[in-house]
Amino acid sequence: MSITIENLNYIYGKGTAYQANALRDINLTIEDGEFIGLIGHTGSGKSTLIQHLNGLLKADTGAIYIDGENIYQEKYSMKELRNKVGLVFQYPEHQLFEIDVFSDVCFGPKNQGLSKEEVEERAKKALQSVGLSEEFYKQSPFELSGGQKRRVAIAGVLAMEPKVLILDEPMAGLDPKGRDEILDEINKLHKERKLTIILVSHSMEDVARYADRLVVMNKGSIQFQGKPREIFCHYKELEQMGLAAPQITYLMYALKGKGFDVDCKAATVLEAKESIQNYFQAVKRQNREVGR
Amino acid sequence: MGIIKIKDLIYEYAKHDEEGNVESTIRAVDQVSLDIKKGEFIAVLGHNGSGKSTMAKHINAILTPTEGTVWVAGKDTAKEENIWDIRQNAGMVFQNPDNQIIGTIVEEDVGFGPENMGIPTEDIWKRVDNALRAVGMIAYRKHSPNKLSGGQKQRVAIAGVVAMKPQCIVLDEPTAMLDPMGRKEVIATVRELNEKENVTVILITHYMEEVIYADKVIVMDNGKVVMQGFPKEIFSNVEKLKSYRLDVPQVTELAYELKKEGLPLTDGILTIDELVDELCQLRLKI
Repeated sequence: MSITIENLNYIYGKGTAYQANALRDINLTIEDGEFIGLIGHTGSGKSTLIQHLNGLLKADTGAIYIDGENIYQEKYSMKELRNKVGLVFQYPEHQLFEIDVFSDVCFGPKNQGLSKEEVEERAKKALQSVGLSEEFYKQSPFELSGGQKRRVAIAGVLAMEPKVLILDEPMAGLDPKGRDEILDEINKLHKERKLTIILVSHSMEDVARYADRLVVMNKGSIQFQGKPREIFCHYKELEQMGLAAPQITYLMYALKGKGFDVDCKAATVLEAKESIQNYFQAVKRQNREVGR
Repeated sequence: MGIIKIKDLIYEYAKHDEEGNVESTIRAVDQVSLDIKKGEFIAVLGHNGSGKSTMAKHINAILTPTEGTVWVAGKDTAKEENIWDIRQNAGMVFQNPDNQIIGTIVEEDVGFGPENMGIPTEDIWKRVDNALRAVGMIAYRKHSPNKLSGGQKQRVAIAGVVAMKPQCIVLDEPTAMLDPMGRKEVIATVRELNEKENVTVILITHYMEEVIYADKVIVMDNGKVVMQGFPKEIFSNVEKLKSYRLDVPQVTELAYELKKEGLPLTDGILTIDELVDELCQLRLKI
């Protein structure tokens, strides 16, 4: 499912003393099956933007096309839209409320008006995709660990079988292993079910590892978009905007400064490792030739 | 005895069934002993549910021990009459800045603590002034807190603690909700308080690169302290840390991976400069 955003503007607190342009002239196309990393400082408009994508907020001007259809046209079904675009909020575990895990995950599809069998089948499938086995079904969601609760919350959205999954900082407050586990699950959904993913994150290391493309927001506008390798070359500008590059990027530039012929665009540990190894091998080869 | 001394601390809480009967007890902190000296910067690592926050809450008597003893500045936290002194000596900063700020203007929020302590008005303003300067937020004293960025809000929350002139500050994941710049600001502020004002710092975090400057790192698992040492010692054990659901900074991981491939690097490289230096040395030798 493709998403096209055209000249979108949103004014926050219109007519009050707090009036502010939360989004300015946003133009963005997201292709079917892409994994987008959405980054930006606190207050840059990331959360405001994603809330437009499932109709929680309505733009003042501009349009959003989902699969070619303008969601602001008359008689467009917002209910349909919310079935297609699943949104996982920050700290989604705060929204768990049912007596057991299974009922909580069933809540979404039940509201979609599906039969009991279909609802349960979807809940099972969703819980399986986030790595929660049957032993958790009858447990109270409130007795689980932080990482487990968050998985239940994500399963609740997945059970509605959206085509686009938007996650607002799903890793905040999780330990490193929990962070990796959640990200791996999301990546698996992206790969296996061809879900379009929009991941909002403050971790440059994480988006560098998983996203196909990064969208960088600054003060309500889109400042950059492109592959992580390209984006992090702008690390000086990113710092001006309250962001940063992964530690690896800084290392590679420091090595370059010392005359190492390495790939400054390497954005992950793996890429950096390969580039440094290649460099050392090249130096070795050269030394040997000179020796001859 | 250090500014904080924890001896054989055990903390258990009861799980109740629907009728309110005790179903089972869970031991969140299990036989922890620590001696923290005045002016030390201690980082505490551990996965979600490892007991680190529960342990930290004992330091300003939000929780009191089931067994064992905790002393702050020589005072037993289990004694009711000490609570006032203990809370003044050990301030706490939490994850979400929005839950900690109550004033409608920055300087009033920072003044709330000392005002409650019954400090004369004139002195309150002096303390507010100093605290806001210490966290680099003096220019925002007349601003409304809700107009600030996440990192700025968190620095105001820290100033609120600093204004009470505590001897130690416990920070429980203060950067979890912040963007990269906010994270940097908060850590720089905490390091400065530690270095310039000699405030004892206990920093709980899930970001490994924030702890490389600590004097000592403590790793918790299952309610117990399982590792403690200098950052370099701790981060030399990449596989062991991963087994505790933790991680190492990206440069440490890269150095570790390169070593596995045969580059003779030292263990526990923590900074970009260290790795660049070692790689430069290596280049000369081949």
